[in-house]
This record gives sequence, structure tokens and C-alpha cells, in this order.
Amino acid sequence: MSFDAEMEEIHKIFFEESHEGLDAMESGLLNLDASADRETINTIFRAAHSIKGGAATFGFVEIAHFTHDVETLLDEMRNGVRAMSSQAQQLLLQSVDCIREMIKAAQAGGAVDVQRVAILNESIKDLLASGDVPLTPAPALPVTEVDTVPPAVETAAMPLMNVEGTAASSPVPGWIIRFTPHEDILRTNNEPTRMFAELAKLGPVIADADISAVPALEDLVPESLYFRWTLKLNAVVDQRRVQDVFDWVDASSKLEYEEVSARPAASTGGVGTAAASPAPAPATAPTAAPKAAPAAKAAGDTSSIRVSIDKVDSLINLVGELVITQSMLSQFGERFDPGQLERLREGLSHLSRNTRDLQESVMQIRMLPIGFAFNRFPRLVHDLSRKLGKQVELRLSGEGTELDKTVLEKISDPLVHLVRNALDHGLETPAVRSAAGKDPTGTIELNAYHEGGSIIVEVKDDGAGLNKARILNRARERGLVPADAELTDDQIHNLIFQPGFSTAETISDVSGRGVGMDVVRRNINDLGGHVQITSNEGRGSTIKIRLPLTLAILDGQLVRVGAETYVISLLAIVETIQVKADQVNRLPGGVELFRLRSEYLPIIDLGQQFGIGRDPSTSCDGLLVVVESDGRRFGLMVDDLLAQQQVVIKSLESSYRQVRGLAGATILGDGRVALILDVPGLVQTFEQRALQAEAASAAA
Amino acid sequence: MSKVILAVDDSASMRKMVHFTLSGAGYNVVQAVDGVEALEYARDHEVDVVLTDVNMPRMDGIELVKELRALPSYRFTPMLVLTTESSQEKKLQGKQAGATGWIVKPFNPEQLLATIARVL
Amino acid sequence: MEATSTPRAKAKRAGSEEPTAGVEQYLTFQLAGEEYGVDILRVQEIKGWEKATRIPHSPHYVLGVINLRGAVVPIIELRRRFALESVDFGPTTVVIVVKVASDRGERTVGMVVDAVCEVYNVPVSDVKPPPEVGGGIDTDFVRGLATMDEKMLILLDIDKLIVDTIFDGAAVAA
Repeated sequence: MSFDAEMEEIHKIFFEESHEGLDAMESGLLNLDASADRETINTIFRAAHSIKGGAATFGFVEIAHFTHDVETLLDEMRNGVRAMSSQAQQLLLQSVDCIREMIKAAQAGGAVDVQRVAILNESIKDLLASGDVPLTPAPALPVTEVDTVPPAVETAAMPLMNVEGTAASSPVPGWIIRFTPHEDILRTNNEPTRMFAELAKLGPVIADADISAVPALEDLVPESLYFRWTLKLNAVVDQRRVQDVFDWVDASSKLEYEEVSARPAASTGGVGTAAASPAPAPATAPTAAPKAAPAAKAAGDTSSIRVSIDKVDSLINLVGELVITQSMLSQFGERFDPGQLERLREGLSHLSRNTRDLQESVMQIRMLPIGFAFNRFPRLVHDLSRKLGKQVELRLSGEGTELDKTVLEKISDPLVHLVRNALDHGLETPAVRSAAGKDPTGTIELNAYHEGGSIIVEVKDDGAGLNKARILNRARERGLVPADAELTDDQIHNLIFQPGFSTAETISDVSGRGVGMDVVRRNINDLGGHVQITSNEGRGSTIKIRLPLTLAILDGQLVRVGAETYVISLLAIVETIQVKADQVNRLPGGVELFRLRSEYLPIIDLGQQFGIGRDPSTSCDGLLVVVESDGRRFGLMVDDLLAQQQVVIKSLESSYRQVRGLAGATILGDGRVALILDVPGLVQTFEQRALQAEAASAAA
Repeated sequence: MSKVILAVDDSASMRKMVHFTLSGAGYNVVQAVDGVEALEYARDHEVDVVLTDVNMPRMDGIELVKELRALPSYRFTPMLVLTTESSQEKKLQGKQAGATGWIVKPFNPEQLLATIARVL
Repeated sequence: MEATSTPRAKAKRAGSEEPTAGVEQYLTFQLAGEEYGVDILRVQEIKGWEKATRIPHSPHYVLGVINLRGAVVPIIELRRRFALESVDFGPTTVVIVVKVASDRGERTVGMVVDAVCEVYNVPVSDVKPPPEVGGGIDTDFVRGLATMDEKMLILLDIDKLIVDTIFDGAAVAA
């Protein structure tokens, strides 16, 4: 790998670990609410420290500079010099965002909001300078200590020259260093001779060793050092550079520096050498800027997935099996003997099993834990509850539940909306809660789990719950329900998902920015999922979202309705029953019911719903496909059951538009297009129609 | 045989940078993610130079130097601490723990090589 | 370019020569005795009629969707769209597959027409705006009128026609 490619690779790792570090800082900072323990602050500090170090090393100067002050602040907190205040916490959280932006900009080659960075940096500096610091004054601020350049030295410098003369007659300018090393200096592998070699790089060095301290042989410890040196450096350089040579040992050893001037200060004026003074060449200073090129544009986000080795291994195994099956089947191609039909069948069944397993494994690769979507909530809830003056505890569970990457990406926004809603409209203020005898701190739970072939995500709050009367009034005002319709609690609650329904009395800054629950439901429906709310007045609400595991493929039951073929997801189907006309009862308003054991199922006639002429022979008695939607069962009346097969889902919305009751389309083996039913959507349409019919018959 | 350098840092990018620079110069670089891992390795293997970050989870660099110095085979091993310019105090702690010296972050590959050359 | 000669003299059928600046190429088709033109750059292909899969809750002029090499493509019957009398499809009935620009990206749609006619080079300067009042038919999606070989061509604004027709708004019950 070339140097550049290698550096690019290293930058990529740096970005990745910085993002991880920032996430750690963020969650650490949010956890401080509960207990500002040392270890948490330490973790936050370490992350900032690593980011700064890396940024400085890899040439991201602005990031390093900005993070430096953040780190200093955290360092003070870590050392107990400064208390963690809520102001500091907010500032640090903002800093995390800011650094994240900067890293992203460095990653993608984008621009940073320079002003924002400057303002935030200013606030941090203010905080650092503020008297917030209790106890002892902090040891001289590191910032000022770093780049201190000693005040202009050598005003009367002489050009460097080969020094031959003796110090006594005409002193050669430079430094005299008296160095008394600590006895143990060798134990740390600090060899004085190496330091002298270092010193000699600055100019000619004359070393005088004083061996008077060497003990008698019997007392001598071979690992100890008994020498003392007087070193004469015949070069005009900054004291700092001389000190640097002994920097590693100056704590334990005794060091004295004495500057030697060319001649007494009084005589300098007489000689016209002022203009010739050669400043020590700064170019060789050890602080030369890192050469690493800052550009890392190529490291932009290519959409990628990290896949565990297990998943890859399982794929490789399956491909192996497939190859075996293929070679077995290929034998039949060479010489076909009807007697081998049984073996051929066996081979084909192997093939279909292999294909299916392979498909499942490939799908597995796209699966990611829902924790990726949950991660943003601690921060969101923290910021929002602060803004709204509410106290909230956020509980997450089931973060490891996996779902398709696309579903995951698309569910994030609806979830945010639901959580915001729960916080804004669901949870009460601490005062109201206390008055109602509830814990002043409310709870919001986010929970994910598998159920059947779906993923369930729940957003639960213990707030005020939905106000049924208000919802019903609103729905009547908007003409969403007939004035005298009798609705169950569930039906009333779920009215909030109707288009044009918004219960927020005042549009707040937090939620209700024109986006209603109907949009949330639509987004979820677009994913082939559905959403439902249950609520208890005074006790809170639970929103339950059901999502498919994947968007690409569906296990389907093909059914015939008249001349059309439709696909029903096997996940929705409970059972299929042959129906006789006399088993069907009719309610006033026209809804037909089928008695299945102890239950009466409303019948949805697909022909009627979709305006398709069904077979005359089966118009009354036909096949009833019993489906379940949101815990309730319905019967779909069809003319015939066809094959069960996996179908590739094609979006109808992207080629045409969204159609009520349809989840998409697919292309069958014979090339025809078949439509895939959206069972929950179908049920909704059916119920709306039933309500309308009821209203109409009541009005008549 | 090439010299073995034990590079200890919890940051993968730093480790990679150190590894890339030093192995390019012919050193044999062994990496550890924190003090605990480094100490474990150092106990059972021969190491010519230890190069460690200060701030790390589990066991920090200062603690690592102290632990290593206490081992007979590491009494004279050069140990360099990677530190930032702001932590004067860390330098002092490092010295007291028995570090040979330090490398100030940020450093570039040349500086790293020069510093390693200074102790070998 | 200002017209210095009569439009008719300039009008010519598209031959093998490339269309020049100021000239647009139109594919024309027959619909209930009238000749309509669509910008040829929008035409993806012309194919024979095949039965489409009906889509519930769709406007009556949307016949359904077909499989066009793996893509699901909606088909509209232009006679119905223009409120013209519907006829049985005959041997000349074809589907003109066009690409349209909608605010959600490019879409592909098939239009059933009576027959395909010609490709004309129409000078832009010869295109007349449609009259304000069209006899009951919506002129919103008529880009203009042109006269070619003594015939009137109705040039369609295909984006408007298709996008307004099937992609926008709530589903219209059949």
C-alpha cells in the first residue's frame, strides 16, 4: 500500500473511532444526570483526549484546536478541580455535536459552520476562565504554557563561528549547563552520552566530567551513576531548546543553565552588528507541523454494512451445498434415464431448499439491530424534557432485535415523532403529576421484539393518556365519524391517525409542526407495517408498531378473485375455510358475518371492495381466507386458492401511486403482474365504509 | 533480528499510525489496546522499547510503566510515554513512574522515528 | 428565427437528416380521428396492446399495470382520458411508452392510442398556442397546435397530462 493510501486508511479508522468516541461522550454526558461518578467523567475525558490527539496527529487542526478546550474542561472536572454544572453539561453536549459536524466535514470534504465553532469555543473559554473553579487555582493554564516563547534573547548576538578561543579571554556566546544526574538515571535507560549527542546537534559541545562523587569500589553500585558534568554549548540558541535535551530527566536530576554573552552588555552599542544578528533557525524546531495531509475526501460515506463473520461463513457453507446439488443435477443433463426420475426429483427439492436457505442468509446480511435507531433517543429526550420542563426517564429494551436496514432507516423518523409526541402531549409536568399522585418523573419506554414474522416496536408512556371525549368531538367536528356512531374505545383512540386530525390545541415548537399522526401512520404503512394505539386515561398510552422483517421478499398465498390474481402475505393468514351461503349472517347496514367456532368474523368481499366481478357460482359461498390484523380477525372472500410462493415485492407507489388496500405488486412466473394485498389497509377501508354505510342507513 | 516495539494505545488510528511508521522503518511492532493487555504480553515476551499512550481504560500508561519497571527484565528497557503538550503533570508522573521519556502529541512519523532512535 | 416564408413551405416530414435548432420532433398518433403529437425524446418504445392487471380504486382511464421487462408500468387509455368514446382495441391499437418527469422523479407510463402515424419535424415558430376555449376538452395539457401536410396536429404536454392524471392527488374511486 502506498503512503497516501495507508494514511487514508488510517484517517478512516480515526473518523470511525471518533464517531464512536463522540457517541460515548454523549451517552456519558447524558448519564451524568443520575450520578456524576468519576469513571463516567473519565470515560468522557478519554474520548475527547483521543479525538484531540488523533486530530492533531492527522492534521485536522481545527478539530484538535476546538477539542483541546473541551478536553481541558473535562480534565478539570476529572481532577475534581471543577464541578460538573448543568451549564457545563449543555455546553459539552453542544461541543459533541460540533465536533461531530467537524469530523463529518473532514470526512466528506464539506464545510463547517465556522461561526458556530467560534461561538461555542468562546463559551468554553469563558467557562474555563470563569471563577467556577473552586479550591486551589489550577496550575498555570496549559494553553498559555504551551507555546510560550522566551522573551527575545540574544539582542547582541554574534554570528556563529568556529569557537577556538578560550572562555577566559573572549567569552564565546552560548550556554553553560551544570548537570548532576540522579543516581538512578540509567535504570530508565536515559544515557547521558545520548543527551550529549543531542546537545551537540545544536552546536559544539565541550564536556567536563566531575568524578569526585564516585565511591570506593566496594560501595559502588554498577547500575548507578555518580558523575557530574559541566557542559559548554558554544551556540546561541533558545534556552528552551537546550532544556528540551534534558527534558526527560530534569525532574530527578539537578540542572543549571547559565547564559554566556559575547561581551558585557555596555559595550554592545559600539559595534554596528545589530542588523546582522542571525536568529536561530526556527525551521529545525522540533515543533514543526505534522506533514500528514489533511485531505481525506475519498473517505465519504459509501453506504455499507458491517457483517459478522458468522453470517459470511454461513453463506459460504450454503454456496458449498449449492455447488454439490448443482453437480448432482448436471449429471441428468448428460444422459437422462427415466428410471432416475426419483433422484431428479430429490435433486430439485435439494435445490429449492438450498435456494431458500441461501436467500434467507443473504437477507440476514441486511439485518441490523434496532439499537441503531434507539441510540438517538437518550439525547433527544434529554434535550426535549429540559425544554418542556418535564422530568422523564427513558427506558430502552430489545435494542438487539434485528430488522432490515431499509426498514430501520425508514422507521427512525416516525419513531422520533412518536417519542416527541409522547413527551409533549403525553407526559404531564411534574406539578401535574404530583397533584395526580403520580411520580413526578414520567417514563417513556421504547421496546422492540419479534412476534411471528414481524418486528414489534412499542412506544409507551405513563402520561395522561388520550382524552376520548375530546378526540370524539374533534372527529365529529371534522366529519370523520357520524354524529351518532357508537365507537369502542380502541376505535376512538385510533382516530388520531386519521388524516386531518390533530389534538394539539396549540401548535408547539416540539411536535405538531404540521406533521400529524396520519403521516406517521402513512410512513409505517409504506413499510408494509401498521400502527395502533391503546390508551388509558390518566395512566398513559402505548403505541404499537408492527413491521415486516424485510421489504424485499414476501411469502405469499396467491388467490383468485374473478379473473384477477392477488397475493396475500402468509404472515397475515390464520386459516382458510370453505363457506356455505347459509353460514353467513347479515347485519343491518349490510356487513356480513361468518361464525367461526365461537367467533363472528366480518366478511370482506374482495370482489366488492375492489369492484371486480367474482365468479357467479361462488358469489355467496366461496373460500374464506381468515386474516388477522391488529389482533382482530376478518374473513376475505375469494374465488380460489392458487399456489403459495415467495414473491419479490415491487413498489406500486414508485411506478404508479399508493393504492388503498394494496401493499405493492409482483411479477409472477408467467410474466403477469399480480397485486399484493395490504391486509391492515384493507381492513381500515372496510371499516370506514361500514361506518359510512351505517351513517347513511341511520340518516335514511 | 529487528527490535521489538510494544505500542500501547486504545485508539486504533494511533496504533495503526505507529505501526505503519515503525514497521516501515524495519521495527517489529506489537500492539496492545491498554495497559492490561500490554503488561500481559510484556511478561511473556521480550520487548526492546515500550511506547505507550497515557489515557487508556483499565490500566493507564503511567501505571503500566510503573508495573513494568518493577519487573526485573524491564529495569533498563526504554519506555516512552505518548503525551499531549498540556499534561505537564503527566510528564512528571511518567518520570516518577520510571519512563525514559516521552513523545509529545501531535507527532509526525519523522519525529516518532527520531525519538525511538534516541533510545535505541 | 423569424418566419420569412410560409409555414407550410418549411414543414416537412422528418427524413434521415438530423433535426436542426428551433425544430422539434414529434411522434404523432391517431385518436378518434384527430392526430396528436408527443415529443419524440420522451418516447421510450411502442408496443402492441396486452392485457393489463387492473388496479382497484383507480380512475377509469387507468387500465392497470403491465410488466415491462421486470418493471411495473401503468397503462392509461387516452380515449377515456379525453372523454372520447371508448372502442374495442383493434390490430392497429398500440401502447406508446413514454417517460415523464414528475416531482418524484422520472416515471414510465404506457398510453393506449388508436394507431401510430408519423414523425414530424416541427419548427418551434410554427407552434400556435391552443385557443382559450376548447370545446369541452381540457386544454391544460395541450402544448400547442401545428399544421403539417394540411392537417392539424395537437401537440401534448406529456408531463402535465400524465402527472396530473395519475400521480397526483388522492385516489379517485373507479
